[in-house]
Amino acid sequence: MMVHYPHDAGAEAAMIAAIVVSATAGDVLIASAMRTIGDLDHIRAERGLGGAILAVLTNLRFLFGVVFLTVSFFSLLYALSRANLSLIAPASASLTFVTNAVAAKFFLHENVDRRRWIAAALVCAGVALMTA
Amino acid sequence: MTKSTMTLRRWFILGVVAVTAPLGDTLLSFGMEEVGPVSIHHLATLFYAFRVPEVLIGIALLIAFFGSYLASLSWADLTFVLPATSIGNVIVAFLARFWKHEHISPMRWVGIVLITAAVGFIARGPSYTEMPKPHESVEAQAQ
Repeated sequence: MMVHYPHDAGAEAAMIAAIVVSATAGDVLIASAMRTIGDLDHIRAERGLGGAILAVLTNLRFLFGVVFLTVSFFSLLYALSRANLSLIAPASASLTFVTNAVAAKFFLHENVDRRRWIAAALVCAGVALMTA
Repeated sequence: MTKSTMTLRRWFILGVVAVTAPLGDTLLSFGMEEVGPVSIHHLATLFYAFRVPEVLIGIALLIAFFGSYLASLSWADLTFVLPATSIGNVIVAFLARFWKHEHISPMRWVGIVLITAAVGFIARGPSYTEMPKPHESVEAQAQ
């Protein structure tokens, strides 16, 4: 059955913003934690799956990241109950990618080279077209 | 300095990240339709969503997504993993169009094509930024 939701651009933008901000904070904290912990493939080879899980779960930065991703998850649930999946899911995921690129450069010190910025620009344009 | 850390197995893990996230989102959407609109004044209603099978399966898929996502972040940059797995947006659009029968406008399809192009573009570049280890930084400062 096809479901039609009443269109409210302001409410949709607010819901997407809530998802994007919390998801970016969560992603950056978790990426930072995983970089600190090291290659999980190596840790699993040395200490087994339990050792790898323990290494992740005892990292404070990871736990803070999970808190932010939980907020993002419930924001997504809320948004999906009030707006179309084909708008909320791609828009929030793609915008999160752009904010993550900026955050990764300044907080994670990743080498965001021209290739990655162009990819960000392509995604921005894609999102603009998808939400037009 | 960036380098490529990708192997066939690691590309497979990125594939799991790309597929499980949109499938999980789609199942959550189905489930939330059964729950109905949630008022901002009654957010506790969201917890009733855990009784809906589609929501539970969606959550299971998102757990699989999270495990593979964590693994991928331990050997690749965030700015590599996210675009490389954003092909999931295209999967969501196809699911929304053919499973949920939502209307996808031509403009939205063009947007999806641009995002897909970005994925192809980023996938051809290096995947990991090497950071100096703490003891290397100290040695560099000493010199």
